[in-house]
Amino acid sequence: MHFFSAQHNLLGGWAIVGGHIALAVGVAFGMRYRSRDDLVLCIFGDGATNQGYFHESLNMAALWRLPVVLFCENNLYGMGGAVERVSAVTAMARKACAYDIPAQTVDGMDVAAVYRACMQAVEHVRSGRGPYFIEAETYRFRGHSMADPGLYRTKEEEQQWRQRDPIERLRLELGRTGALDDAAFGEVERRAAKAVDEAVRFAESSPAPDISELTRYTYAREAEHG
Amino acid sequence: MAEISLRQALREALIEAMRADDSIFVIGEDVNRYGGSYGVTKDLADEFGDDRIRDAPISEAGLLGLATGAAMYGLRPVAELMTINFALLASDAIVNHASKVRSMFAGQASVPLVIRTVGGAGAQLAATHSQNLEAMFAHIPGLYVGTPATPYDAKGMLTTALHSHDPVLFIEHALLYGLKGEVPDQPYEIPLGQADVKRRGDDVTLIAYARMVHVALDVAERLAEQGVEAEVIDLRWLRPLDGETLIRSVKRTNRAVVIEEDWRSYGVGAEVAARIQEEAFDWLDAPVARVAAVEAPIPYARNLEQAALPDTDRVLAQLRELYVTA
Repeated sequence: MHFFSAQHNLLGGWAIVGGHIALAVGVAFGMRYRSRDDLVLCIFGDGATNQGYFHESLNMAALWRLPVVLFCENNLYGMGGAVERVSAVTAMARKACAYDIPAQTVDGMDVAAVYRACMQAVEHVRSGRGPYFIEAETYRFRGHSMADPGLYRTKEEEQQWRQRDPIERLRLELGRTGALDDAAFGEVERRAAKAVDEAVRFAESSPAPDISELTRYTYAREAEHG
Repeated sequence: MAEISLRQALREALIEAMRADDSIFVIGEDVNRYGGSYGVTKDLADEFGDDRIRDAPISEAGLLGLATGAAMYGLRPVAELMTINFALLASDAIVNHASKVRSMFAGQASVPLVIRTVGGAGAQLAATHSQNLEAMFAHIPGLYVGTPATPYDAKGMLTTALHSHDPVLFIEHALLYGLKGEVPDQPYEIPLGQADVKRRGDDVTLIAYARMVHVALDVAERLAEQGVEAEVIDLRWLRPLDGETLIRSVKRTNRAVVIEEDWRSYGVGAEVAARIQEEAFDWLDAPVARVAAVEAPIPYARNLEQAALPDTDRVLAQLRELYVTA
């Protein structure tokens, strides 16, 4: 949450559930306005589909055929709220049909299946036919936050889903097809762990921001705040 | 220079800016076919087309979120909210997103967004269509808030807003669209946070904005008949607030009255009074007075609505009570 990198076209992790769907649709609106061949990938959870933003944004995206892939990670819980306790419709892909947006449900624990679904979505969007909706059925292994004891679900359920760990499944599949043996896969994992460790070290060893940063970005012209 | 209505002044600002910059587009409910509920964007689609004068569904939250995203992408949306009362539906997008993108992401993105909307009471539109909610939004760092009182200011301030790098909430008063005044033909700007002395006087400073500027000017004329010369300051921008102009005036007149159409509690007048006592306490001969709307939802019935809002007589009565004016 709160990450943003303009140079990577990563337009933010947002902290108001569902609010960023409208922002993503706005960026897609800009692409259409400028007749660019780009598209937006907007990722949100099952919880976000009960927000007004979700419905207003899907309506506008479909109405104006905007280039956006709507990617819903249905991990069965919005914080601690189980989908069936908070949503009248529990299959997220069905919510897209209210706006005539084509949708598919995919095994979110299968990396290759998610890749194929995304490629289909991208092809659809690039052909100018407007938004495409993907529901990826998945699970959150850890708590919603550091403070979440997970009392709303059972250890058995967590264990069952852990057996479908998408990274482990990918390792087995790549080994089976001979695309990547265990040693090579282990090397990829080591590189990833190293990158994370370095990022953490960088963050922890960076100085706290200077006090002048407090108002530096409130307005383009700092002097005008207040 | 021509004498035109405030509505026409806004149209001129929009047309000139849209001709100069194709990243500017208008989006809102009924801005195209209908022409805007107050007629500001009427027929603009004839010149700029449906893509740049875009009718939107009745989805204020989604609309302002979309406009914020489009602004992050590099466009300059002019999002029209039919009235400021509907800004409440869009307040998440305005407060949590448009006003925070620059600071949360350390300047990696900006939101050059203009939100044009209509505020004010006095048209018998009842409680949910007659609110003055400017103080709620003027409270928010990261947002600019402007509200013009004259055609000249309307064109200049909207032109400024259309060039801003940060979001501007631009509040037009529902009863001022037909007001006429002299307006230059060429584009010009009125700097953010610059108030305007609408009348010179040495005896008391009347501070107002939007429609109340005209009440203040009327009060000043009545006071002049009694030998009291009032200075009238039009705030124009509520954020940033032009403290300097206020303080300079109060240090000369030693008395200040804020006339505001919003509710008194936690309102614009409260902020202005606080600024004055912070910076000109020793120059004051009397407490800063506030004349504001009665603290009730604004009623539909004409007599009740008029009783709820400040007018010349109410301001004069309060002045007499406060200062026992000659």
